[in-house]
Amino acid sequence: MKLTVWTYEGPPHVGAMRIATALKDVHYVLHAPQGDTYADLLFTMIERRKTRPPVTYTTFQARDLGSDTAEIFKTAAREAYDRFQPQALLVGASCTAELIQDDPGGLTDAIGLPVPVVPLELPSYQRKENWGASETFYHLVRKLTKDLPKPEKKAGAQPTCNLLGPTALGFRHRDDLKEISKLLDLLNVKVNVVAPFDATVADLRRIPEADFNVMLYPEIAETTVRWLERQFGQPYTKTVPIGVGATRDFIGEIADLTGVDPEPLLADLPSNMPWWTRSIDSTYLTNKRVFIFGDASHAAAAARVAHEEMGFEVVGLGTYSREFARSIREAAEKYDVEPLITDDYLEVEAKIQELQPEMILGTQMERHIAKRFGIGCAVISAPVHVQDFPARYSPQMGFEGTNVLFDTWIHPLMMGLEEHLIGMFREDFEFSDDAAPSHLGHSAARPEPANRDVPQPHQSQTDVPGVPRDAAAGVAVLERPTTEAPAHETASPGTAPDTEGAPVWTVEAEKELKKIPFFVRGKARRNTEAYAAERQIGPITVETLYDAKAHFGK
Amino acid sequence: MAVTAPFSTPSATAPKGCTDLPVIRERGQREVFCGLTGIIWLHRRIQDAFFLIIGSRTCAHLMQSAAGVMIFAEPRFGTAVIDDRDLAGLADANEELDKVVNQLLDRRPEIKLLFLVGSCPSEVIKLDLHRAAERLNGQVRPGVRILNYSGSGIETTFTQGEDACLAAMVPALPQAEAEAPASLLVVGALADVVEDQFRRLFGQMGIDRVDFLPPRSAADLPAVGPNTRYLLAQPFLGDTARLLEDRGAVRLAAPFPLGVEGTTAWLKAAADAFGVSQDTFEAVTARGRERAHRSLERYRGQLAGKSLFFFPDSQLEIPLARFLAREMDMTLTEVGTPYLHRSHLAEEIGMLPESTQLSEGQDVDKQLDRCLAARPDITVCGLGLANPLEAEGLTTKWSIELVFTPIQGYDQAADLADLFARPLVRRTKLRV
Repeated sequence: MKLTVWTYEGPPHVGAMRIATALKDVHYVLHAPQGDTYADLLFTMIERRKTRPPVTYTTFQARDLGSDTAEIFKTAAREAYDRFQPQALLVGASCTAELIQDDPGGLTDAIGLPVPVVPLELPSYQRKENWGASETFYHLVRKLTKDLPKPEKKAGAQPTCNLLGPTALGFRHRDDLKEISKLLDLLNVKVNVVAPFDATVADLRRIPEADFNVMLYPEIAETTVRWLERQFGQPYTKTVPIGVGATRDFIGEIADLTGVDPEPLLADLPSNMPWWTRSIDSTYLTNKRVFIFGDASHAAAAARVAHEEMGFEVVGLGTYSREFARSIREAAEKYDVEPLITDDYLEVEAKIQELQPEMILGTQMERHIAKRFGIGCAVISAPVHVQDFPARYSPQMGFEGTNVLFDTWIHPLMMGLEEHLIGMFREDFEFSDDAAPSHLGHSAARPEPANRDVPQPHQSQTDVPGVPRDAAAGVAVLERPTTEAPAHETASPGTAPDTEGAPVWTVEAEKELKKIPFFVRGKARRNTEAYAAERQIGPITVETLYDAKAHFGK
Repeated sequence: MAVTAPFSTPSATAPKGCTDLPVIRERGQREVFCGLTGIIWLHRRIQDAFFLIIGSRTCAHLMQSAAGVMIFAEPRFGTAVIDDRDLAGLADANEELDKVVNQLLDRRPEIKLLFLVGSCPSEVIKLDLHRAAERLNGQVRPGVRILNYSGSGIETTFTQGEDACLAAMVPALPQAEAEAPASLLVVGALADVVEDQFRRLFGQMGIDRVDFLPPRSAADLPAVGPNTRYLLAQPFLGDTARLLEDRGAVRLAAPFPLGVEGTTAWLKAAADAFGVSQDTFEAVTARGRERAHRSLERYRGQLAGKSLFFFPDSQLEIPLARFLAREMDMTLTEVGTPYLHRSHLAEEIGMLPESTQLSEGQDVDKQLDRCLAARPDITVCGLGLANPLEAEGLTTKWSIELVFTPIQGYDQAADLADLFARPLVRRTKLRV
């Protein structure tokens, strides 16, 4: 049993729903108690889909448990088939139905439906959403293609590929798909099938016809592309094309797989990002300390972009995707940070407190943490939120993706000259700790109420599920830090010069510390205290503060 | 009690009984929330309470998806997620639970009331949370009371979670002495502003001993005894009412305080029970009634004659339908409710237009067929259905908003009407 406040991933059957909902003619019959239908709103409200997800829930109740829940399942499956006429059926159980062990696969076999039926075994008490999506996609593709012959390759034909991985409720999947399709077109590679996004069962059966597979999202597609490689000899791309460098590598991989000439495209990359980041106004981005957290693919890609393309300093890197922890461990080694592999929001929060980054690239959860600590934040990964489905075209991948990353990541930061002025004239009454980047407007600097837990039993009518009241403030919100205490609290006891308590600061030193802008003040305090502890200095004076500054360099 | 009124509560005391109205009873897929969802408003209502769900990842995911509460600093609810090790043996699960409770109370020392909330999986594996609560009560932390209830989907539908929560609090209420003066208890979570208005109105009538359940703080649990008279502020509180009656409290039968008529009859039920004179009642309520009438007038033009279809959701459907039909002159196409509490809704059903089509329970696909065939002017439904119906050209109102908004009482009557008018106005306004 584990105490959970927020969760990064839903249960595995929600992953299965993401596959079913992405496809056009597949239905999912889910053995589940009433209440589990909440998952529909993920698709109709967060993603704003115009149709209900193709899912029939048995919605059994307590009184059914004594009688025949198996019969309820069979009725639901039969009626769902009659009503929706799917070309393939997924059947499975949610967490509660898993406990009553009705065997949806066997029950569906007994009805004898005239379409392929894929029984899903998704252990809810061990696994999570992305794994559920991956398993579902794999079993469905396998079921539909495993008896097909290995297609013969025609010499000299235009190279073809499948784009595998984009689902319903995916983080920018809709736009990534479009961007990568454009890129492939520029390379003269034909897209054979996109799946599961908007694919039909007939499309899935054509997957073996392509020369290779593009693995867009490893969390969803890796199991499937590996099987396809074994079964049909289709190689697959391994680079996730997020960022300039990764997109170039991705193009290189495709060139190697197909023999197309990448040089014309590589020579004149249609992206503004390389110049924008070299432009001298971007100097202020240098060595900004960033903390990165997300699913493994997005976090690893973001770390590379942050380090190589934005010139940030990666001070923390982590993921909630345990299945893909290896890629994060490797990346963390590269940037010389300790990898954080956890799905515990509280642990991530503690790590951020400890590291005091100047910016967070994370999920909606980290955006929330960032807001509380007064740190700038841009969202780079699922779990998704209604804000992650912008009306505009906003891919993360490919050329346009690099432009989008540049714009969204610098948006929450203070511009160079503004930062200097705040540093110079700390006593200007308008440069209070509430000061936010001026382009974010007045509202962004609004301090949080002193008591955030003020009870509001019935929220105002604008407070709707999935739609935060601060939605208008945009993805990145910079608010005043609620307290400076974090640095204090997290200073480990060992660093205190005096084992009896917190490090002692003279009044003058405290005043001097306040002259440092709040977004780096925590770091300065921590460095100074560590410096003092090491040298048994106490109390900390103005001189100690500057000695420490000289020692650490910033 | 007889209501002889110059103001209009025509048939409030003469229910016709629901046998007069046709009821469709269906079983099939129910597109409803489970009772856990009630925590979304209850955890803000009781300021020193924490709701610990003992459930699965699905429960945790439901709470954050349905609530969209990531905006809050840190909610006063969380989930102890059961994993496969817990499923191996129950003794182990109890130890694990103790550990989580301790961890939680360490983190939130200000908590005075902890609810252990059962879920579908905890019910199916028969984790005895009542015994766990008894074992932990007062033991983990002095001064922290621990109660339990089930918000599981197999037992509760949406607002029934509040019923289960309040019912769990009833045995913990102090006993009022048999000779204690008569007091009024208002049962059901209301917005603070509504509670304050009602308290003022009761005070002006001379009813000073008024308590609200749930209270704003765990320390303020109201006493209950044979001289307690209680008014239900919400129509979904069957179990709570039964337990209050076991403690000797007496229910004041009334329609629910939605709209002018409902609010007046509801207040009147208390006034009569506490011997408030007709003149006083008139004097105290006159301004509110007049204001409400005046502000509702603006919406009648937008709503009158429009047809209305309710999917079952909060159990507020019948009182809402009554208000919209009688005060806003809307036409009722179908009024669905997850559960029809015949005695608590007797006054309400008696006030519905004759031949109103009621439905109880749900087969969502069949109900959607009926709704699409009827093409009502406005459809009240859950979040899973709203956008798909909008995409079919129907105008919808999400029912969950009706639970999260102050809608009771005179000064909220127009706000309530506005919730229905706004989607219609929007549709006529947009030219895209």
